[in-house]
Amino acid sequence: MSAPFLVVEDLNVSFPTEDGVVQAVSGSSFSVQQGRTLAIVGESGSGKSVTAQAIMGLLNRRSTSISGRVVLDGTDLFALKEDQVRSLRGSTMAMIFQDPLSSLHPFYRIGDQLVEAVQVHGRVSRADARKRAIDALGHVGIPAPDRRVDDYPHQLSGGMRQRVMIAMALINSPSLLIADEPTTALDVTVQAQITELITTLQRESGTTLLMITHDLGVVADMADEVCVMYGGRIVEYGTVDDIYYRPEHPYTHGLLASVPRLASARVERLDPIPGNPPSLINLPTGCVFHPRCVRRSEVAGNLCLTEEPTLVASTPGHLVRCHLPIGARTPGGDAA
Amino acid sequence: MAGYVVRRVLIMILLLLLLTMAVFFLFSLLPADVARLTCGKICTEQTLALNRARLGLDKSVFEQYWIFLTGLFFGRTFGEGPAAVVCDAPCLGYSFTRNEPVLDLIVDRLPPTIFLAMGAFVLFIIGGVGVGVYSALRRGRWQDKGVMGASLIGYSLPSFFIGLVAIYFIIIRWKLLPFPSYEPPWEDPVGFVQTMILPWVVLAILYAAFYTRLTRSQMLETLNEDYIRTARAKGLPERVVVRKHALRAGLTPIVTAAGLDLAGLLGGAIILETIFSLPGLGSLAVSAVLDPDLSILVGVTLVTATFIIVANLIVDLLYAVIDPRVRLS
Repeated sequence: MSAPFLVVEDLNVSFPTEDGVVQAVSGSSFSVQQGRTLAIVGESGSGKSVTAQAIMGLLNRRSTSISGRVVLDGTDLFALKEDQVRSLRGSTMAMIFQDPLSSLHPFYRIGDQLVEAVQVHGRVSRADARKRAIDALGHVGIPAPDRRVDDYPHQLSGGMRQRVMIAMALINSPSLLIADEPTTALDVTVQAQITELITTLQRESGTTLLMITHDLGVVADMADEVCVMYGGRIVEYGTVDDIYYRPEHPYTHGLLASVPRLASARVERLDPIPGNPPSLINLPTGCVFHPRCVRRSEVAGNLCLTEEPTLVASTPGHLVRCHLPIGARTPGGDAA
Repeated sequence: MAGYVVRRVLIMILLLLLLTMAVFFLFSLLPADVARLTCGKICTEQTLALNRARLGLDKSVFEQYWIFLTGLFFGRTFGEGPAAVVCDAPCLGYSFTRNEPVLDLIVDRLPPTIFLAMGAFVLFIIGGVGVGVYSALRRGRWQDKGVMGASLIGYSLPSFFIGLVAIYFIIIRWKLLPFPSYEPPWEDPVGFVQTMILPWVVLAILYAAFYTRLTRSQMLETLNEDYIRTARAKGLPERVVVRKHALRAGLTPIVTAAGLDLAGLLGGAIILETIFSLPGLGSLAVSAVLDPDLSILVGVTLVTATFIIVANLIVDLLYAVIDPRVRLS
């Protein structure tokens, strides 16, 4: 295999607040091959969005302390000057956000917002940029793009707005696309359309995709590999089959058990994970998941409370951070 | 959009009508007897009655209002025979202490007020908004804290204090500028600037303090918006993000305040005009109070309030220019 297209090594992100230091990401490492899809899964506050913003260089360097390495196509992004990272944003790497209404500027026509994205990365005349904007809108399935290009964001539906965001992200043919919960703010009926659109466009263009989500359904459809994050840490990392059919971390297991499955033959009760995600200011000692873990009592002594487990490979390519991984090879969620 | 403008203009006309009513009846409630005020030192019952008839005070208040209103549109005549005084439309009243139509007095006094207002406006908008943006971008650092402290001081100092201190040091102690004496700019441009520069700066400091704080808080709010993150994710340089995306989005309340402040200033900066002896609307109002001459006060009040109402309309129309969501809904 060639060198991975995106490598994140030992990423740590923390910001000081009035209440204390928020340790948003602790020692994350992962990599994605060119053209593949990695999903980062976790609840809110697990550090997944911060990870994405760290890669994009969107975190304020002054108020955030970041360490580690992010290498994109051989370039160490953290070694670059702010202006060099800026020139990569929107051209080599692009991002789609959760809420398309608040992510588009309410005062500018969508066409102007697209034209701006084109013109900032190259000497393109306004007329040509506009033509590209119309093409891009048509490409993401917006009907009558030559008229819609002059609409304001509030004149479009939620799904159409997210299509505009996708068109804007892809307009300069980026080689890395980060989608940060792109369907969360949309109607359920539209979610599948947007997911499918992203997948199709990714296949067409061969873009590497980093998909950030809390929706395991989306993950199963799109991802090649999955990174499960909890409390700012990667707790499990493997192929989509590893995560779905051979989950080893009690948290991953719990996540799968809490997802409703329409296809299931039996009527099941959903099994939520007890408790709440940890505060990133005051993380639990030892394993960050121990206060909510059902298997803690099965571990000898107070190991889960005193010592943080390390991320170790159970099988090649399948990593888990747990003192007592679940060895059972039953399909996740359907475990009797 | 056209319908919206027509509707707003109609509402404005209605408001102006209500305004004339309010001003007229409020002033008619005052205990002052206008006929006696214009009667002179030796006032017999006969001249008093003659005065009353000439001013229309022998009629009911409602009739008086009607005459006042028709005077606004068609002009009116005070008194009869050879002593009659004609006041052409739009007649805001006639000042018998100065023997001039109120409108002429106001028009005479308008240029200094307009120059003062416009000059200060340009200074405090550029200064206030600029410093506010700067302060927001350096939030929490010493530059921001310094600006906020200074603006709090500027905000709380009364204009007569800053004005008098400025006159004392700059004109009297250090003799950097001559004593203020207003000349129209087309007659003595240098003297005009020398006279206006201090009131401009003093007025600008007072208002800039407010705009600095307003702009800063607006910027801090919009800089946190999702579309700012999108703008950065597109790879836009930070100055474009700040100017084109953040400032534009935070502009609405700044435009509102600016419109109303400008209108207020056009109604005369009473204290500063008096301190710097500028023959503007404000000092006209002050001398009308001292004389006292009610007809001038009614006129100045009407003109000032009209500025505010018109400014309000302009601000509302500007909203639609700034924010397409207003225009299209």
